[in-house]
Amino acid sequence: MHDLTPVTALGGTTPRSDTIGGLTITENAGVALASVAARLGKEAACRKALAKVLGAVPGPGKVQLNDPEAGFWMGPDQWMIGAPMATHELLADQLKAQMGDSASVTEQSGGWVVFDVVGDAVEDFSERLCALPIRQMASGDAQRTTIHHLGCFVIRRADDNHLRILGPRASAGSLHHALVAAAGSVG
Amino acid sequence: MIINHPLLGPRAASEFTYLGDAKLMDRPDWQSATAAQDFYEYGYLRDNPAGWHEELWFHEGGDRSWLVVTRNTLTHEISKVELARDVARKRGRSK
Amino acid sequence: MSQINRLKGGQIDRSKTLNFTFDGKSYQGHEGDTLASALLANNVRLMGRSFKYHRPRGPLTAGSEEPNALVELRTGGRQEPNTRATTAELYDGLVAKSQNKIGSLKFDFMAINDRFSNFLTAGFYYKTFMWPAAFWEKIYEPIIRHAAGLGSLSLEDDPDPYDKGYLHCDLLIIGAGPTGLAAALTAGRAGAQVILADEDFQFGGRLNSENLSIGDQSGVDWAMATVAELATMPNVRLMARTSVIGAFDHSVFSAVERVSDHVIAPAAGKPRQVLWTIYTKRSVLCAGATERPIAFDNNDRPGIMMASAMRSYANRWAVTAAGRVAIFTNNDDGHRTAADLHAKGVKIAAVVDVRSDAPMSQDYEVLAGAQVTDTKGRLGLTFADVTLASGEKRTLEVGALGVSGGWNPNVHMTCHQRGRPVWDDALAAFVPGGELPQGMTVAGAADGQFSTAGALKTGAKTAAAALRDIGINARAVRLPQAEDAPVNLQPFWHVQGTTRGWLDQQNDVTVKDVKLSHQEGFRSVEHLKRYTTLGMATDQGKTSNISGLAIMAELTGKSIPETGTTIFRPPYTPTSLGVLAGRSVGKDFMPTRLTPSHKWAEERGAVFVEAGNWMRAQWFPIAGETHWRESVDREVIATRKSAGVCDVTTLGKVDVQGADAAEFLNKIYCNGFAKLAVGKVRYGLMLREDGIAMDDGTAARLAEDHFVVTTTTANALPVYRHMEFVHQCLFPDMDVQLISTTEAWAQYAVAGPNSRKLLEKIVDQDMSNEAFPFMACANITVCGGLRARLFRISFSGELAYEIAVPTAYGDALMRKIMDVGAEFNVTPYGTEALSVMRIEKGHAVANELNGTTSAQNLGMGRMVSKKKDSIGSILSEREGMNRDGDLRLVGVKPVNAGDPVPAGAHLMNATGPVDAAHDQGYLTSSAYSPDMGHQIALGFVKDGSNRYGEVMRLVSPLTGVETSVEICSAHFVDPEGERLRA
Repeated sequence: MHDLTPVTALGGTTPRSDTIGGLTITENAGVALASVAARLGKEAACRKALAKVLGAVPGPGKVQLNDPEAGFWMGPDQWMIGAPMATHELLADQLKAQMGDSASVTEQSGGWVVFDVVGDAVEDFSERLCALPIRQMASGDAQRTTIHHLGCFVIRRADDNHLRILGPRASAGSLHHALVAAAGSVG
Repeated sequence: MIINHPLLGPRAASEFTYLGDAKLMDRPDWQSATAAQDFYEYGYLRDNPAGWHEELWFHEGGDRSWLVVTRNTLTHEISKVELARDVARKRGRSK
Repeated sequence: MSQINRLKGGQIDRSKTLNFTFDGKSYQGHEGDTLASALLANNVRLMGRSFKYHRPRGPLTAGSEEPNALVELRTGGRQEPNTRATTAELYDGLVAKSQNKIGSLKFDFMAINDRFSNFLTAGFYYKTFMWPAAFWEKIYEPIIRHAAGLGSLSLEDDPDPYDKGYLHCDLLIIGAGPTGLAAALTAGRAGAQVILADEDFQFGGRLNSENLSIGDQSGVDWAMATVAELATMPNVRLMARTSVIGAFDHSVFSAVERVSDHVIAPAAGKPRQVLWTIYTKRSVLCAGATERPIAFDNNDRPGIMMASAMRSYANRWAVTAAGRVAIFTNNDDGHRTAADLHAKGVKIAAVVDVRSDAPMSQDYEVLAGAQVTDTKGRLGLTFADVTLASGEKRTLEVGALGVSGGWNPNVHMTCHQRGRPVWDDALAAFVPGGELPQGMTVAGAADGQFSTAGALKTGAKTAAAALRDIGINARAVRLPQAEDAPVNLQPFWHVQGTTRGWLDQQNDVTVKDVKLSHQEGFRSVEHLKRYTTLGMATDQGKTSNISGLAIMAELTGKSIPETGTTIFRPPYTPTSLGVLAGRSVGKDFMPTRLTPSHKWAEERGAVFVEAGNWMRAQWFPIAGETHWRESVDREVIATRKSAGVCDVTTLGKVDVQGADAAEFLNKIYCNGFAKLAVGKVRYGLMLREDGIAMDDGTAARLAEDHFVVTTTTANALPVYRHMEFVHQCLFPDMDVQLISTTEAWAQYAVAGPNSRKLLEKIVDQDMSNEAFPFMACANITVCGGLRARLFRISFSGELAYEIAVPTAYGDALMRKIMDVGAEFNVTPYGTEALSVMRIEKGHAVANELNGTTSAQNLGMGRMVSKKKDSIGSILSEREGMNRDGDLRLVGVKPVNAGDPVPAGAHLMNATGPVDAAHDQGYLTSSAYSPDMGHQIALGFVKDGSNRYGEVMRLVSPLTGVETSVEICSAHFVDPEGERLRA
């Protein structure tokens, strides 16, 4: 075992949580991430293997909220897979073993900050941050959008009052500031 | 402006970056006897139509697809949006 | 007694008294008042001074079209100039000041301009301030800026946040008067997603200002009941205090919601305003109409206002500007004002109607075929002179005069995509025409339907049709009976013989100015507008444009449609810059990107520099260092002597996988990659298709089908975009998958002769030169098992490595390197030392790859493979890019060691002229080299290496540099590369 201690995207040793009005914004440091992209001509095999991992293959704009691995569509023949860090820190290796030569797998755990936003006003909150038609989106929808100039994914989780937002990790502080400000506007 | 993404539906133009004439996909054969002239024309000669124009847009704030958007430069009306990869294949591009 | 002009009734809440001040004097009003209505209630008619002549002015209107009653609202950082008193909602503690005056509002020193009005007519500025040119900046402009202009800024920072937001709907209804309410009711009941927006704080539009009934209810009660029903519908979003300001491409609208302008300060964290972008499928413009004035001499005195505004003040706000009033009209609507005011107990001196067949009244005198020809009253109206049909004169003693010249549909938003309104003879007004914004239809008064019944009917019908168009089954709701009077009007724009009759009160444009414009040949509407400034500034001519062009039509002998109209662009009403900026102000203007070692660097007191959005450590000062050069020199020397560490995470990293990955790199790089062995790194140069260098970096082959490509920090995004273009658009059948991993890995350069010894303490594998030679790469583990990547590459020219771990461990790895490196005096270095070492080594960066230089210029011409197809390879063979004696990358050093060799300076021959024609090249990068003991530079010089040893002149006329320099190799340090292979 190595002796290096990880820090969260916001730089803490424990994830940060803020409650503003009725909204709670929590940094989620417990998600391991890896991207999967089908190899040319092996799309069917890739989907088959992916369906085994996720239960089904999410189409454009969709997320498959499976346990322990969940996944959302990133682009044509490309998906982002997430799983609990505690059990899946080596997610990319695990997926590569499952996908074989049907897909390219890339570790993405360090590339993203994950925020869980919970509260009754999540739709008002989202409307102050991005152009997504959040009220037309339902559980299982996952869209990429721009929040404070940053390319982010917004996922509608199982509960109506729960959004998961993935943003670029190096800008975690700026993104967090934007989320807190928006929560203050509507919360 | 709104671009109706073939996979993701209507998206705000602010999510995209613009490159220009879709003729940029028609890159000449480097081994042709007229390659020098062909690449010169490819690189420098473009139409600038007042009207319908096929152009390349990149969904940078989205799924990273290059799109061929048929847009009227006078009215901004968009009549067709296709994945550039499909168009490239239709035009005989491969590898 | 206060509020002496308050009448009975109205829609104000008399149980709530609000205190406010205007020009330092305290007043009281009620909830529901605007600043203008409250001031009028307190018998204050004088609210401002005009733009050019500083004439005393009061409110002309009761709405957002107001040209005159502009005030500075609030104080300090919250002060807002040019706020219309007619729309400013009264709140307890409101503070307002009049503006555009020197001295007091009642005695404005600048009113002298009015005496010199003959000199200040249209084109005055163009004619007067033409000559001499040098006077403009120093003398004329400051005088004009001081004397003219409108309100002022406090120059303090606005303490309040502004938000942006995004909404989606099936149907946007712009305006919540009878038309908009009928439309909303129709769409709401049909189940459509509806947004109903109105600039007013109270829905109802003109219904609030009229004494009309709808069915068995008053118009106001019907509006309130309708709003109450709409409020119960989850699919309807009611947005009061929200001005739709622009219609953009593809049915996208902008709207400003004034969230906190009606309270003394926003609640904590809450925005003052929100700029909404509204994505719609269809829209119905229900923007109503604006009454237009009639020009007659001295028609601008406080107390003279639109008849409809007078009616609004009386019916909605229970206020009259004076106890005794008169009306001047050319249509039936003016008579309505007289009737309503009479009913409220206001004395009507007379209704002056230009029509000989004017309707008569039992209650007050109607002077048919008469005209108001002049007025008196220094700071407010006292007398109105009337010429009767008989030619007889009469003077009316009145404190207010209501003027009605007919109504203009509010077509503004129909023009935002270049729609051009068309003239309607029956209405004597322009109505929507030409190409409307996509998905927009128009209903009610905005479409020339001026009766209440017409408004209700067309609102419901138009909304239903719009929804059916997008597949929503909707039926126009049934509406009660309402007023359905026809338009009865005799076009009448100005009293003949008028000269100082105001058309545009905001810009002080009179009938005489239009005549002058005509006389001097500025006859098209566009010229008229620019020559006289008619229709400019905050009100954009909402009350003045049509009259101005009607008079021009008269002068040219053309009809109004032949004369045409100017069109309108966004914003519909004045919009604060703050709301356009939103939250992107100050340090939040753009997001910042922090490197994995940021916190650690901060703890060490690093000085940071912005590189793109990244914050990079520039140098790390230690105790006793007082100048940045001391820190940088120390970092360079320590690294070259033993070991240094630098965070290089910011370089772009693109993961390239697939069976054709190597072939793909062959396309994007001008040099070859197909034969690169697994476990090896190669430098790569990317060209644009025109042969100019685009970017450079390295590609590491981690597996047969897996590379990691690095880009420069600034080009990470454009290079990725380019790679996707090459893949998707040019070579769609290559099996290659691309994804950015820039932020997924924390990457540090460890450089210096002791770097191997240092890393041996961290890396879990053999680090010997044999096992891991120069340009090797591998997936490894560190610190007993953490996955990592190791590259033996060198930017500094020393024995060096780059080591990468998943970002979450970056902070810990940096601390570990510092820990285990203590025995080697490992020294953190920043971007300055990085730059010094790369200049000493002759490595090119963006200064050299500056968008004008080719591979040949960079001395890498031979890298461009002719054996394969790559982007830029064909066009880089062009004759013009392959001339002997062309610019080549070289090193430059001063002849006298103490002289500076600044980047940007140009190289000239040792003798001969110093001018552009004799230019020999230029410097791109320079630094003080602690190794050499003097400044060194990189640059481009004609004929490159053939001039090594030549002494040239380095000149920079801009900064006064002229020194002797020697041309040399760009490789100042270890030219044979022995150190990095050690």
